[in-house]
Amino acid sequence: MDRKTQVSAGDGHQDIRITREFDLPRPLLFKAYTEPDLVAQWMGTRVLKLESKPHGSWQFQTVDAQGNVVFQASGVIHTFIPDRQIIRTFEIENAPFGVQLEFLNFEALTDTTSKLTMQIVYKSAELRNKMLQMPFSHGLNMAHNRLQQLVGKGC
Amino acid sequence: MNLRRDVFQAIADPTRRTILTLVATQAMTAGAIAANFDTARPTVSKHLQILTECELLQQQQNGREMYYHLNAAKMKEIADFIEPFRQMWDDRFNKLESIMKAYQANQ
Repeated sequence: MDRKTQVSAGDGHQDIRITREFDLPRPLLFKAYTEPDLVAQWMGTRVLKLESKPHGSWQFQTVDAQGNVVFQASGVIHTFIPDRQIIRTFEIENAPFGVQLEFLNFEALTDTTSKLTMQIVYKSAELRNKMLQMPFSHGLNMAHNRLQQLVGKGC
Repeated sequence: MNLRRDVFQAIADPTRRTILTLVATQAMTAGAIAANFDTARPTVSKHLQILTECELLQQQQNGREMYYHLNAAKMKEIADFIEPFRQMWDDRFNKLESIMKAYQANQ
């Protein structure tokens, strides 16, 4: 079984590197990150704001069936080079992970395939490990209290 | 002292990683483990306690002696700790890919 998505997290480091090859031309892969409607579809969240430009900001929000906000994340876009690179911050509000810095690089492999390399830098190696232990926390459909419950759990 | 014990905190310490390596091949007593270090015996005991609390080590009574051995299942958990995270991103990127293919087809 091939692993299209690869994750590497060096021992004692405070970052994670995620790589993925897509059967999509690079401009189309890039578009998935810049068109609010498309982002909303694959991320499974509402896109309240997405200013795809240098110094732009973004905000995502997920509500449950009763209309309660269960997830809210936001950040700013530092660098925006169409079809090539996005550097942005990402922070889940009301969660104990702090802000993270994300470097997204988009490469063309062929005319119809592309590769995304995403480096996520956390404030500390400890926070990074916490994040790795709780894959759901980066997911967008998780209630805050459940998150707290998991974070509070020891070994 | 009531530190939150988790496996990542446990393996962050080089002495504790060495202990895990030592007992990987054979069960050992606290004394035999301590003999491998220059540090004081109580310090080694503290490390053993932390590793035991996190279930990376298991204790086994053999006659009058207490032996420590590696909990292979827990060690495997550490090796696999990236897997759920990877799976989550893989699912998300699969979705991105199928949505964008549909988008391309509609253009």
